Amino acid sequence: MSVMNHRSRPGGAARGARTARQRSVRRRKINAVVFALPALLLLGALVGYPIVFAVVRSLFDASGEHFAGLDNYTEMFGDPATLKAIRNTAIWIAVAPALLTGLGLMLAVLTEKIRWATAFKVLIFMPMAISFLAAGITFRLVYEQDPQRGVLNAVAVGAHDAFTDASPYPGARTRGSQVLEAQKGGGYRTARPVRPGDSLTLGLVGLKPTALPATAAQAKTASAAAGAVTGTVFLDFVPGGGGRPDAVDARERGLPQMTVELVRDQQVVGHAATGPDGTFRFDAVPDGSYTVRLPAANFAEPYGGVSWLGPALITPAIIGAYLWIWTGFAMVLIGAGLSSLPREVLEAARIDGAGEWQIFRRITVPLLGPVMTVVFVTLLINVMKVFDLVYIIAPGPVQQDANVLALQMWLVSFGGGNNQGLGSAIGVVLLLLVVPVMVLNIRRFRRSQT
Amino acid sequence: MKRIVAATAVVLGLTMTATACGGGQDKTAAQDGKQELKGQSLTVAAVWTGVEQQNFKKVLDAFSAKTGAKTSFISTGDNVSTVVGSKIEGGNAPDVVMVPQVGVVQQFARKGWLRPLSPAARTAAAANFAKVWQDYGTVDSAFYGLYFKASNKSTVWYSPKALADAGATVPKSYEEMITTASAVTDSGLPGFSVAGEAGWPLTDWFENIYLSQAGPQNYDKLAQHKMPWTDPTVVKALSTLGALFAKDQLISGGRKGALETDFPESVEQVFGKQPKAGMVYEGDFVSGLISGDLHKNVGEDAKFFPFPAVTGGTAPVVGGGDAAVALKAGKNQEAAMKFIEYLATPEAAAVWAKAGGFLSPNQKLDIANYTDDTTRQTAKSLVDAGETVRFDMSDQAPAAFGGTQGSGEWKILQDFLRDPSSPKNTAQVLETAALKAYKG
Repeated sequence: MSVMNHRSRPGGAARGARTARQRSVRRRKINAVVFALPALLLLGALVGYPIVFAVVRSLFDASGEHFAGLDNYTEMFGDPATLKAIRNTAIWIAVAPALLTGLGLMLAVLTEKIRWATAFKVLIFMPMAISFLAAGITFRLVYEQDPQRGVLNAVAVGAHDAFTDASPYPGARTRGSQVLEAQKGGGYRTARPVRPGDSLTLGLVGLKPTALPATAAQAKTASAAAGAVTGTVFLDFVPGGGGRPDAVDARERGLPQMTVELVRDQQVVGHAATGPDGTFRFDAVPDGSYTVRLPAANFAEPYGGVSWLGPALITPAIIGAYLWIWTGFAMVLIGAGLSSLPREVLEAARIDGAGEWQIFRRITVPLLGPVMTVVFVTLLINVMKVFDLVYIIAPGPVQQDANVLALQMWLVSFGGGNNQGLGSAIGVVLLLLVVPVMVLNIRRFRRSQT
Repeated sequence: MKRIVAATAVVLGLTMTATACGGGQDKTAAQDGKQELKGQSLTVAAVWTGVEQQNFKKVLDAFSAKTGAKTSFISTGDNVSTVVGSKIEGGNAPDVVMVPQVGVVQQFARKGWLRPLSPAARTAAAANFAKVWQDYGTVDSAFYGLYFKASNKSTVWYSPKALADAGATVPKSYEEMITTASAVTDSGLPGFSVAGEAGWPLTDWFENIYLSQAGPQNYDKLAQHKMPWTDPTVVKALSTLGALFAKDQLISGGRKGALETDFPESVEQVFGKQPKAGMVYEGDFVSGLISGDLHKNVGEDAKFFPFPAVTGGTAPVVGGGDAAVALKAGKNQEAAMKFIEYLATPEAAAVWAKAGGFLSPNQKLDIANYTDDTTRQTAKSLVDAGETVRFDMSDQAPAAFGGTQGSGEWKILQDFLRDPSSPKNTAQVLETAALKAYKG
């Protein structure tokens, strides 16, 4: 109808066609808007509005009533906890995505070459099906210090103890006595010079009576002998109390198999081991001034394993848990890229006499470039918002050592800080960090579409 | 049909008690018989879950039976203020909330959410409670909170066997306690288990020492942050605490091990199958873990002594508790006030006391109502402390300072446990954190 009207107007067909085209363009635009509207509304409500609100909120104080300008931002960069979080987030960004992509590539190439590849892939991919919460709780146990509970330390301690003998009396010590004094680097030595003909009573405490070897018998005061240094090493403790310090009492037992050293001028001149009643004896000792030593090897604490959850190792430990979860993702994506590689190129290279390593370096990796970028960028974004693993795995005392931006944002806003202004400011910084990566991602999308 | 029979039975029962009661109680009992709140309902919110929730419901049931009001219970989980806040905004506020922290009572009152308690509740509180408990329920000289349930956080739990093996005696002073710990350590069992992985037991350690050493007046000032943490009294208390922490061998696993020990574990280290320590400090609720999780007999396998006095001071009693407050937004104001008045009576306290796991700050409650001797002792020491009881300081502070995992006082005292060499620096760090938290 309208077209007819246009045609009847003066000005000719060309102009009519142009307006018609304009109209159809406009109609298409309207259609596009109508179709996009629900999505736009949703995006606006769920993404756009929160971003704007967070930016505005970050300019207000904790109560949300007073305008604070950039105070939250200055406070944030002056707060050691946030700085630590920024540092840790940087470590995560630097380490985790690259490591995961590399690991994924390695596993993808390897699974190409083995039988049972599917089973292997399923196994590696399985952790993806576990929630971060459950994975976090599992790894908290895996990293536990006590080898009875933490499987990693059980392995570490087992391996260590297979090569080193345990010391017979871990934790034994003096009762702050006058006879023995602690020496540097562990162990004890006599406080006063010892001469041949002396008899020593060397009392130790801090051992459970049940921890003594079965051979341990009632301690005896060693009889002094001319030209000999003698003595008793014993557990200076009567069950139920009542013993005299530095004296052998009834029901006090000797400490057998204790290494005793006789030292003169920093030189060890004699070794002895104690008997079941705790006595030891150095015979034919030339006259002079000596020191008797109980070397540290007697008392070394049992190896307690690695402190995974300590302040030093906590971030690497959590990154380890993260690797466990995400390796499957990287492997499967890169594996898919690998299987779609043009076989001819690889075969041509083989015919030309290229080695496997050369093929991998010069052909497979460059051809897989785009897929690896996808994996890398996805993980990069993912790593920036890592929260749950850190929150769950890090124990209270080291939480700040493991802190990352996303966790700090939550802690400051809801986890006790109750300062949503500061929290929003951290959120904005996090957003600014993600934006360049997003831009990169979108550009890449566009390029791959054209 | 069944319900009618049950209701009749209840009414009959009440009439019988009313008749049996006689004496001064007669008049109120007769009123109760009328079931003055019949047809009204009452919603009570509290942090309790599990056994505590069941036992509190017994109190609610007793109130229902007495007044005829229908009662319901909401568990808020740990974050009372958030849950209650959202319920008020949603137009679905409970009538009465049992608030576990002094700080939160103040927060609610200052937001204008609370209705001051009735003169009757005030009179009952004045008659039945030490003034200090009333004060903790008072904000800006209006009485809002009635402390119904209390805890005694000045109890040191020990294994009698460990002390006997070491020939050690129950200490009477802080210094003696360290001697005892040394004796137990000499016997091959570390003296103390310290739950350093959780931060709050460390704050409780500090609070007991501070209350004993610096006295209640200073304690109040510090709790309200009217005195800086850099005050010499704080440094002194930290040094006293540090003197214990510095002796690595007295602590199970050493300082490093303590930082990896959470609260249930610390109790298990003393009362578990393979004891790793002789004593553990924490509040009366330790007994619940001992008898519940570890299946030991409290009073036989596990005993406690009151946290001993530090030289120059008196024995501290640090407490905690849940205060009943009435919300303005609640729909059943009358029932809410009557319920809080009921909670002020020894009668209400007796209901839960008989069920166990409960201490009441109510002085009129006959301690015979408690189920075992150990509870009786903890209750007695709490009530006997009278005006010198002080509420847990970290619970009075803003959450950012006194109640957050991994930051504030918890974290700083954990750092102090790791390296107790400089109480002065620690005090300085505490003050910096406190300034920030009290400002916000």
